[in-house]
Amino acid sequence: MEFRLTEDQLALRTGFRALLDGRFGRDELRAAVERPVIDRALWRELGDAGLFSLRLPEADGGVGLGLPEAVLVFEEAGRALLPGPLVATHLAAGTVPGADTGRTVVAASDGALVEWLAEADEVVGEAGDARPVRSVDPLTPLHRVSGERADRPAAALLTAALQLGSAARTTELAVQYAKEREQFGRPIGAFQAVKHLCARMLVRTELARVAVYAAAVTSGAGDGVRAPDTDVAGAKLLADDAAVRNARDCIQVHGGMGFTWESDVHLHLKRAWVRAGQWITEAEAEELIAAAL
Amino acid sequence: MDLRYTEDEEVFRGQLKEWLAKALPALPPAPDPLDWPGRRAYDTAWQRMLYEAGYAGLHWPADAGGRGATPTQHLIFLEETERAGAPYVGANFVGLLHAGPTIAAEGTAEQRARWLPPVLRGDEIWCQGFSEPGAGSDLASLRTRAVRDGDHYVVSGSKIWTSHAEVADWCELLVRTEPVSDTVPKHRGITWLAMRMDAPGVTVRPLRTLAGSTEFAEMFLDDVRIPVTDRVGAENDGWRVTMVTLSFERGTAFVGEVVACRRTLGELARTARDNGRWDADPALRRRLGRLGAEFAALWRLTQWNVSESQGGSSGDSGSGGGRGGFGVPGIGGSVFKLRYSQARQELYETAADVLGPDALDLAHPWNQDRLSSLSYTIAAGTSQIQQNIVAERILGLPKER
Repeated sequence: MEFRLTEDQLALRTGFRALLDGRFGRDELRAAVERPVIDRALWRELGDAGLFSLRLPEADGGVGLGLPEAVLVFEEAGRALLPGPLVATHLAAGTVPGADTGRTVVAASDGALVEWLAEADEVVGEAGDARPVRSVDPLTPLHRVSGERADRPAAALLTAALQLGSAARTTELAVQYAKEREQFGRPIGAFQAVKHLCARMLVRTELARVAVYAAAVTSGAGDGVRAPDTDVAGAKLLADDAAVRNARDCIQVHGGMGFTWESDVHLHLKRAWVRAGQWITEAEAEELIAAAL
Repeated sequence: MDLRYTEDEEVFRGQLKEWLAKALPALPPAPDPLDWPGRRAYDTAWQRMLYEAGYAGLHWPADAGGRGATPTQHLIFLEETERAGAPYVGANFVGLLHAGPTIAAEGTAEQRARWLPPVLRGDEIWCQGFSEPGAGSDLASLRTRAVRDGDHYVVSGSKIWTSHAEVADWCELLVRTEPVSDTVPKHRGITWLAMRMDAPGVTVRPLRTLAGSTEFAEMFLDDVRIPVTDRVGAENDGWRVTMVTLSFERGTAFVGEVVACRRTLGELARTARDNGRWDADPALRRRLGRLGAEFAALWRLTQWNVSESQGGSSGDSGSGGGRGGFGVPGIGGSVFKLRYSQARQELYETAADVLGPDALDLAHPWNQDRLSSLSYTIAAGTSQIQQNIVAERILGLPKER
């Protein structure tokens, strides 16, 4: 048993973090908030970097990696708050032409919500009665649909990986701020009340991390992820929890600054809320796991 | 990332399961929890069986009498013994998990030869004399004094929360050999001694826990003479030796308990289905589901920590500003303990809801466990101390003082 990441996996993650830092840093994020459209050039670059074709066999022009590696790069996308129907396009690679290279933007309906419907070139799933809503997340246009919840464990797991990245990022943002911001003549991070908030953020993140990584391993590395099992449901549940609660705690650590539009923290919270509503919700996950007890 | 066990590891598991299936029926019935001599006899008998089968001190180095097993083999051992319903390490806890490994790492050849074999055979029981009435979470503030008198230390003071003190043969004792001053910070001037529990001047007074049992004791030391040769490590170097002690076993200390909690969770679900609460109370059902996710993840965290402890220091897999997750042994233990102690309490709170009015009947073992779960956020470093450790040592936040 060797649960830790391999050298190749660490390198993959480092590479994607560097790519996203360079191509979708804070300036690009804030520009996107002001003008929420899919950056087609960026989408193609992500395609060229293998984000969408990561799990396609090399013979089909893919990278030939598995779900554990996909989870690592989606974690990085979550950290960067990268917008767009990333999960849907990734899952469409190999079935929708152009999805693998990032030339086609694919949206997907999970039976309740579709993100980026109007901008997508293709839609997977039933979206006939889609109606636009004013999305809580300024960077995720949403449509409501009414149907059966789609049963796509890989989508739930990759969404959980995005949540994990966001949870790790808000922990970092809170810690960074707590080290810099001074009150009563010392950094606020020296006060137990703040320190303990940050510690609990890390604990949530790490528990979500092992749940997401383990589910990626147990669900199999190929395209055929087995039925929505308790590992995936548990990973989504804990990752949703970590992303949402860490973002809230991060706002708390930032004080009044955390409540402003200028701060990025609210973007993490709003995206985390959206993702928590996608593919499998808290109640659905809990019921699914309970049924297996 | 590979959660599969190797062929060798599966062979090890198979042999162990086979042995357990034969060995466990030979055990006498478990003693009453209040009967300490009975518990000692039971726990040491089990240790003897492990010793004779070659499973004693599995993870100890071979030159200390152990089997030099890998952390993964140790994990398998803890997993399978718990699954088979084998006794918990019990009264052997301190000897096997604290004192023994410390002596193995820091003791002289004579000390290793004197103390380690009886621990492995189950002949001698150790207890831990660390905490004091004024030095619990702030352990370095301990005041029990040891004054050199020729080739002896003369020790006076008191210890508290000493588990197994009533039946122990030896005590790993932390004493102050140099008073705190401007030049001696409180972490220095501490020395690690091995004390015979039958030495003149040692008085043990059992304390009753809120669960009604006597799990631990107060210990009064009145001019107890301890040979200098029973000191482990250098004089005034006891804090470092203690940190060696405490770094053992983090990450695996709770393995068996996580397995047990997952089994209990299954029993809770079955009971709730049988008594109708499953269908009547969706909120209860959902709490059970959430606990299922929590304990599954805690099990993964254990595997993660074991992988970390097994393979050097590659892992920078955690969060915390690039600062390598919790690759440092002991810190991963803090992350685990914070969540585990909480989840264990929630498990037994949920058990009470499953039981309904029967939650007030102490005859049901879940209710005893509900009471004892209250100690988990206190013992071995309170949750508040653990959060400080996580915040300061993993996240790098400034110290409070």
